[in-house]
Amino acid sequence: MKQSNDLILRTTTQIIAFMLLGFSVYLFFAGHNAPGGGFIGGLMTSAAIILMYMTYGFEKIEKIIPINFRTLTVTGLLIAVLAGMGSMLFGASFLSHADGYYHLPLIGEKHLATALIFDLGVYLVVVGITLTIILSIATDSEDESNQNVGV
Amino acid sequence: MQDQLEQFGEQMLNVVLIICFVTLTISVLLLLIRTFKGPSNADRAVAIDTIGVNMMAITGLVAIQLVTDKLNDVVLLIGILLFIGTIAIAKFIEKGVIIEQNNH
Repeated sequence: MKQSNDLILRTTTQIIAFMLLGFSVYLFFAGHNAPGGGFIGGLMTSAAIILMYMTYGFEKIEKIIPINFRTLTVTGLLIAVLAGMGSMLFGASFLSHADGYYHLPLIGEKHLATALIFDLGVYLVVVGITLTIILSIATDSEDESNQNVGV
Repeated sequence: MQDQLEQFGEQMLNVVLIICFVTLTISVLLLLIRTFKGPSNADRAVAIDTIGVNMMAITGLVAIQLVTDKLNDVVLLIGILLFIGTIAIAKFIEKGVIIEQNNH
């Protein structure tokens, strides 16, 4: 395949991928009071990673982000279940959560909730599932180089 | 006098909003026809992309109607996802593959 001229795409990806990752962190922490949360934050993160995959190709990004996304899914699910069961240690029912207003140095008074731990699990599951599905479809061929990429 | 002026402004905003909603609905319906009929796959892809742009516009209008700023994040989010979709469509039309194995 001849070398294509995609200088604009490469240059904008370097900036926009960082903007997307920052926006995903903002959305993740904006949850439970405003639009946001683990699901949509994970979707934004996977959008940023997919943008990098589209621009730079499969092999290069796999070297840069050496994460097995199926393991990530399982880890997120484990965190979500353990966050649900943590409340049972305090005698409360499954998945109940506590929250409160705390005064943090430099940031000021913030509303902190233990639902964030559950949200972290949701975030990891969404990133893992989305990237597993899309990369499995994208690398769906019989080549030997594709033996270890997915389903 | 001031009271009447405010009331008139509110009524006018409501009328304009309704006109905008109806126009956007007609636009989405026409785009749906193009999506189903579209002679080539590129036509369908562009039509679906434009439906997304109309979705952004509808979300902005709903934010005006409900007098809230919570939906601004949603508009930005739809815009970013559409941007990724547009790049994917452009790359598919040009090269026929979206995520390449090896792109030097």
